[in-house]
Amino acid sequence: MSAEAPAVSMIAAPASPVDVTGHGDGGPAPRHIIVGYGFWIFLISDIVMFSAFFAAYAVLASATAGGPGPKQLFDLHNVAIETACLLLSSFSCGIASLAVADRRIWLTQGALLVTGLLGATFLGLEVHEFAHLVAANAGPERSAFLSSFFALVGCHGAHITAGLLWLGTMMAQFQAKGFRADIRRRYLCFSLFWHALDIVWVAIFSLVYLNGALT
Amino acid sequence: MLGKLTWEAIPFNEPIPLIAAGVVGLILAAVLAWVVLKGHLPYLWREWITSVDHKRIGVMYCVLALVMLIRGFIDAVMMRSQQALAFHGPGYLPPEHYDQIFSAHGTIMIFFVAMPFVVGLMNYVVPLQLGVRDVAFPTLNSVAFWLTATGALLVNVSMVVGEFARTGWLPFPPLSELAYSPGVGVDYYCWALQLSGIGTLVGGINLVTTILKTRAPGMRYTRMPVFCWTSLASNLLIVASFPVLTATLAMLLLDRYLGFHFFTNEAGGNPMMFMNLIWIWGHPEVYILVLPAFGVFSEVVSTFSGKPLFGYRSMVMATMAICILSFLVWLHHFFTMGAGADVNGFFGVMTMIIAVPTGVKVFNWLFTMYRGRVRFTAAMHWAIGFMVTFVIGGMTGVLMSIPPADFVLHNSLFLVAHFHNVAIGAVLFGALAGYTFWFPKAFGFALDERLGKAAFWCWLIGFYVAFVPLYVVGLEGMTRRLQHYDQPQWHPWLLVAGVGSLIILCGIGFLVAQLVVSIRSRVRRTEPTGDPWDARTLEWATSSPPPYFNFAVMPNVKGEEHYWNIKQAARKRMALGPEPEYEAIEMPRNSPTGFVTAFFGTVIGFALVWHIVWMAILGLAGAYATFVVFAWRDHGEEVVSRDEVARIDRANRLARKVAITEVTT
Amino acid sequence: MRFMMNNRGCRPQTLKSGLRGRGRAVVPAALIVMLSGCEGVLDPAGPIGRSERLILLDSLAIMLAIVVPTILCTLAFAWWFRASNRRAAYAPTWEYSGRLELLVWSVPALVVCFLGGIAWIGSHDLDPAKPLPPVRPALEVDVVALDWKWLFIYPEQHVASLNRLVTPIGTPLHLRLTSASVMNVFFVPQLGSEIYAMNGMVTELNLQADREGHFFGLAAHFNGDGFSDMTFDTESVSSKMFDDWVRRAQSAEPVLDAAAYRELLRQSVNVAPMMFGRVTPGLFDAVATQALPPGEGPKLSARGDAKTSADDST
Repeated sequence: MSAEAPAVSMIAAPASPVDVTGHGDGGPAPRHIIVGYGFWIFLISDIVMFSAFFAAYAVLASATAGGPGPKQLFDLHNVAIETACLLLSSFSCGIASLAVADRRIWLTQGALLVTGLLGATFLGLEVHEFAHLVAANAGPERSAFLSSFFALVGCHGAHITAGLLWLGTMMAQFQAKGFRADIRRRYLCFSLFWHALDIVWVAIFSLVYLNGALT
Repeated sequence: MLGKLTWEAIPFNEPIPLIAAGVVGLILAAVLAWVVLKGHLPYLWREWITSVDHKRIGVMYCVLALVMLIRGFIDAVMMRSQQALAFHGPGYLPPEHYDQIFSAHGTIMIFFVAMPFVVGLMNYVVPLQLGVRDVAFPTLNSVAFWLTATGALLVNVSMVVGEFARTGWLPFPPLSELAYSPGVGVDYYCWALQLSGIGTLVGGINLVTTILKTRAPGMRYTRMPVFCWTSLASNLLIVASFPVLTATLAMLLLDRYLGFHFFTNEAGGNPMMFMNLIWIWGHPEVYILVLPAFGVFSEVVSTFSGKPLFGYRSMVMATMAICILSFLVWLHHFFTMGAGADVNGFFGVMTMIIAVPTGVKVFNWLFTMYRGRVRFTAAMHWAIGFMVTFVIGGMTGVLMSIPPADFVLHNSLFLVAHFHNVAIGAVLFGALAGYTFWFPKAFGFALDERLGKAAFWCWLIGFYVAFVPLYVVGLEGMTRRLQHYDQPQWHPWLLVAGVGSLIILCGIGFLVAQLVVSIRSRVRRTEPTGDPWDARTLEWATSSPPPYFNFAVMPNVKGEEHYWNIKQAARKRMALGPEPEYEAIEMPRNSPTGFVTAFFGTVIGFALVWHIVWMAILGLAGAYATFVVFAWRDHGEEVVSRDEVARIDRANRLARKVAITEVTT
Repeated sequence: MRFMMNNRGCRPQTLKSGLRGRGRAVVPAALIVMLSGCEGVLDPAGPIGRSERLILLDSLAIMLAIVVPTILCTLAFAWWFRASNRRAAYAPTWEYSGRLELLVWSVPALVVCFLGGIAWIGSHDLDPAKPLPPVRPALEVDVVALDWKWLFIYPEQHVASLNRLVTPIGTPLHLRLTSASVMNVFFVPQLGSEIYAMNGMVTELNLQADREGHFFGLAAHFNGDGFSDMTFDTESVSSKMFDDWVRRAQSAEPVLDAAAYRELLRQSVNVAPMMFGRVTPGLFDAVATQALPPGEGPKLSARGDAKTSADDST
């Protein structure tokens, strides 16, 4: 080691922000990267959980116990409207992200409100579908297929519900505290969550509804 | 009003749980009284309960683990004594009670002893080894710990209010369905694990992000200590596997609460699917436990051999290989379910393949000792005991991975002996080695070496005396979980196994004595430099205990074994390097969020077990309110002033300077 | 505890006493010798059990060839390279050797290749569903696992036996298994393989007894409070004695029809072995397809926990 061998405690500040990559040479990454990354890891874990429900559905899809199957039960019109609601809500969520980046409070709140209303519409349609199935003696206690259907789609619906609660909280936070850095980081997480739920819905829509109704 | 809960839920007519609950209640009341009357409550609340410091949280995890070790071990002694006595007789534990005891024993040992112990060690050590100030999400870390404690609390409450599961530590259906387990036991189990599972998952996300995104400058992947690599692998496994546990238990709960048919016998349910799903989680779980233990041994063996770890890159590759392979072997837990020769053969071969990187690790530890200077501290005792014991356990595992061998050993006491062989020999020995090794870092004084070695010998000898007979009796056809039996050839072995459990009890006694004696003589044992073992990694560069902010200035890491290199250079020069430029440091503020969240979690869990709907809704509302209150705070950080930082660091530099300039051989 | 400057280890005496306690490589070998006289997996009474024991012992021997030297090396290295032994070489920066790496990866890999071959071939040869060489026509037995007893139906002889399995020597036994309620495992250690028995499904197992005797049988998957009582006797007899037994069974009074089966479904323990003289044809298939619904579980007691309807015999 050279004569200027560093001491036990050392000088450390990174040379410039550009060096701070989180990959060792520059030190810990900036806060918004850390938060976003951590949330991505959470999303991956959530998708693993959904996969377990998908796997159960795949195993149990034919276990109708003499009761109704997908072909008899799935109303593709309803599903199409639900899908449109969610896709549009992702779009409005994207608008909200742009508005946040531009610090435009009313556009942010407006876009978030639209997102929330579309999400609530989706949820309402789904609850209606479930109620209809239960009334037609096709509730989750009827067969393993229906159990796995209700659980998978219901799990997604529960996530949407939590997302709507989160959305409301974000709107309140923007209103009360403006575009503070930590609030924007939280919003980043929320928008990742909302878009991820949309992607999961696409999988449900394709593998459960389309697959079930058309094959 | 109170759902299914009535006075009948308290076991007034069963002496054993009643007495046990009474004793525990008295101890808790005594501790609480002492804390409050001596005025320690404000300190506890401020410094520990609301702490978001990874070091404090790590210590609390380990405390939880050690306390639950005693509870889980009492269950073990009861099981061994029942089996020693119940030859041609009923023993002293009726089946309803015995079934709960072995279920609680497994559940507690895995979820509330082994998991918290390794998670606690990882929480404590990883940020220090990476040269950073805390984990990525400190408040979430506190939430994770307290939710784990909630799970432990619920399992213990079940002993007094209601019953625990009687299904074994994994609630296989259809036995765990409402039809065959109509009581609240399985519900307690499921909700306890769902709540602590959230904690574990959050902790996993936290450590993965910490290791991948927040390392000190210069700390490249190939410069991270092996303990950090094994922690990374373990936490990646947590993130990838715990959601499957959550989903599977949720399916079982849906069956039990809302009449779903995931795993029921009728209406098309599929109990085999539960086996597959739960073991897809279950096998990675055991690697979640053992990988950090391997990491501990890498640190301990290299430190006490006075050499760097042999084959660093090999170790890293082996670790990541184990991480990935652990997902490809789950069917070996049910070879006898009739999956067919091709499927069984595939999983048998895959299981064996994991033995390769594991064997590589053992050889690398061996060659770390080779041409080293081995110091037989208590921690090294655990390491050598592990190396001998674990290879036997691994061997019996590979033996059972051959399907035809498993066909006669599945679910027998041979299996039980195998997994205790690896759980005790690797996980517990690793946790105790880590506890011994890092205790002086956490508290400023080392544990008593003699009592530590006595504890080790009792554990080692007790383990063999308790479990070798179980290997034998498993080969004689005895299956696990028997409450009584009539086979005379089993009886003497079970008596010996009972004696073994008493020897282990002595080991636990020595551990307790070690702690008490060390605390009482702590002033005499204080080690001022922060590096009592002449160790090699960054955590030993701090004082003992480290200041709240860990490092006065974040190290700029150059090369592997950065701290060792600096130390050697400083020794040669007989002087420390220059004093760094101190700056003010921002640290996260304490928060009661974790504790309060867990409080509501307990309320929710208890309410759901007993079907008290209004209480569950209140609990959920409370949890949401806690989240909102936390989100609403304006000041998440507090500043440690430059002078304060300088003062603390200068004290440690002084102690190290004295040590370096003292001339010894 | 000033280890910063001082590398001294602890006193050698500790290790010496340690070595005496740790010389346990000898134990496994002794065990094998001791155990071969005991009943159980190591004393098989049929070809399946014998093959499985062979695989067990051979694999154990192969692995001991690695494990024993590893353990001895661990103790030897720790002992020789102890800090107080100044005669031992000290290489404080030696941390890599390509040749050793190659050895360290390839030795386990080779062993695993070999054992993997045994595993693959063994899985196929000893697959439970694989029929045994038909030296004689196989005896069909349909097994229903009940709470907490075993029902053995002999469909070709139209008789059934509760808690006792009788089989002629040297005759392949073809079992079809199902469960009346929860998951179970059928296991006769001295005959060989276990197999699960599950409601709504049929599993298959082929076994054979090659010598006379009584063999202990049990349930090997925890299935509730009566689990420990779910043992049964497997009796292997000559062909003539088997025919006698069948004749005796056929003249037994009880009849196994749907009503009698529903009686059996009720949870009970310590049921004495009995025989049924006539079995309704297709009963097993009705159970296996859930045409006869699964048995009920325990009722909830006033205390809120489950009390089975099992006889209180423990």
